[in-house]
Amino acid sequence: MVGGENMSVAGKRITIGDRIFDTIIIIILCIAGMVILYPLLLVVSGSFSSPFALMSGQVVLFPVEPTLKLYKIVFSHPEIMRAYANTILYTGLGTLISVSLTSFAAYPLSRRDFYGRGFFTTVLMITMFFNGGMIPSFLLVKNLGLLNTIWAIVLPGAVSVYNTIVMRTFYQSNVPLELQEAAELDGANDIQFFFKIVIPISKAILAVMVLFYGVSHWNSWYHAFIYMSSRSKYPLQLILREIIIQGSTNIGGATTGDTEMIGEGIKYATMVVATVPIMCLYPFLQKYFVQGVMIGSLKG
Amino acid sequence: MQNINTVKNAIPQVAVKGLKWEKVKKKILRSKFLYLMIFPSFLYLIIFHYVPIYGAQIAFRDFSPFVGVLKSSWVGFQYFSEFFSSVYFWRLIRNTLVLSCSSIIFEFPAPILLALMINEVRNNKFKKSIQTIVYLPHFISIVVISGLVISMLSPTTGIVNEVIKALGGNSIAFMSEPKWFPAIYVGSGIWQSTGWGSIIYLAAMTGIDPTMYESAVIDGASRYKQIIYITIPTILPTIVIMLIMRIGGVFNVGFEKVMLLYNPLTYETADVISTYVYRRGLQGMEYSFASAVGLFNSVLNLIMIVSFNGICRKVTETSLW
Repeated sequence: MVGGENMSVAGKRITIGDRIFDTIIIIILCIAGMVILYPLLLVVSGSFSSPFALMSGQVVLFPVEPTLKLYKIVFSHPEIMRAYANTILYTGLGTLISVSLTSFAAYPLSRRDFYGRGFFTTVLMITMFFNGGMIPSFLLVKNLGLLNTIWAIVLPGAVSVYNTIVMRTFYQSNVPLELQEAAELDGANDIQFFFKIVIPISKAILAVMVLFYGVSHWNSWYHAFIYMSSRSKYPLQLILREIIIQGSTNIGGATTGDTEMIGEGIKYATMVVATVPIMCLYPFLQKYFVQGVMIGSLKG
Repeated sequence: MQNINTVKNAIPQVAVKGLKWEKVKKKILRSKFLYLMIFPSFLYLIIFHYVPIYGAQIAFRDFSPFVGVLKSSWVGFQYFSEFFSSVYFWRLIRNTLVLSCSSIIFEFPAPILLALMINEVRNNKFKKSIQTIVYLPHFISIVVISGLVISMLSPTTGIVNEVIKALGGNSIAFMSEPKWFPAIYVGSGIWQSTGWGSIIYLAAMTGIDPTMYESAVIDGASRYKQIIYITIPTILPTIVIMLIMRIGGVFNVGFEKVMLLYNPLTYETADVISTYVYRRGLQGMEYSFASAVGLFNSVLNLIMIVSFNGICRKVTETSLW
């Protein structure tokens, strides 16, 4: 045994090769970070710039000739504001339904003594790998008379298999069997036990679920796109799609000459307005989402 | 629980029948509140997932909304053969495979590389900041991301073309030239999902025993060697699982992003099975034909994931089920 002279405390490495390696990694990560941030920064800057500066390509990093003009147009536009209200409603109701269904369903699936656990798990898992397709789903919603109602948005995607598995895994590893047995001895039934004991110790995962579902409802446009026909019921993302993708930017009563010029700026401002609520939640989102993914990856 | 099992095994099979039913009944009764709890979700799954699967039989019928699913006349595989012989069939398959395979080749390894790099960072503050940044795009809606792509690539005002022009080139109409579509699709996918995708690998890496690295250092292994011989083998099962899911979904190109990014000018390379189903089915109201195309796609997906899972179970002993 000779070693020891070249080594400092474990974990500290001193070779030149390793130092170069570290530096290269940090440089690559910095570039990656910038590539991700730059488009976002550009949009925010663009939304605060004068439309003229935007059109002539002067905005490359920071706002040019800063103005709130674009936001004034966006916030005074009745259609965008109505869509905003719709999205808040859909997100609220949708999240409530999704979280209740999921937390209720995940609990029995977490109980080893639940007779039929395998059957219900299979019923759930199959939907991950096979579905009837867009048209049969559309016809179903149509036949149920849900087309163009709020239910067509909040019901069809209400339960996510992935979230259910995450929640089940959480219950499995966090609800002690002794508590359940004690509750049984006290004569509490499973539902009482669930509300009195399981829910209070599952607050963290419930927060994860509210955020998971909340973000996905807020950002969702597919169900509205397929099932909604009247513009007054469109959620924000669908109006956004018209403005951004289809370039229908003649909103806000701008005169014809202005229209095209303002158009690009309106896109930017609308994108910002639609994303700000999510970004405000981002610090919580990051913490809880990462937790959720970690739990999910513990193998269902 | 174990007691019950041993008792069950101990009783001779012949005498059990009556007893068994009694036992099952007892178990069901014991779980009655649990059934009550799972019932709403079960009902949801039946209505919104299993009824459409049952309804997919309109692919084999000449569906008319006025007479309903079951009374529409049976036409067998007519719509399937119509689809197989249509001029669009190969184009759709090709586009779907090109988009899917290029995203497996370029998008799939990106989070693994990113996780390996993040895992090597010693400075915790830097690590946290980078993670905060790279996770960000995951929370932005697909509509906004598509809008971002379109704006950035716009031939008149887009920053990308500004750069090309500044370098002396001619501006390119990225969104209306078919040859650019796969690159745009995959590129925006990498931008959005790499950071988020890395979490699962980082989670797998937290399970590595630090003493393994320490002994590797004693043996004189460089950082690079440590990654190759310690980190990668540890996360290999996770990589395999993710790959199974990805390849299983090879015919399942995201409808939403294609729908948002394509336009009639780029159908040549951008039109995939699901967007075709949308146009023929919901815009053209050819319910049966579109259902047949959709069902074909679902079955293809199922075959892919089942067979790939089987292969993986044989070869690597890691599988989804």
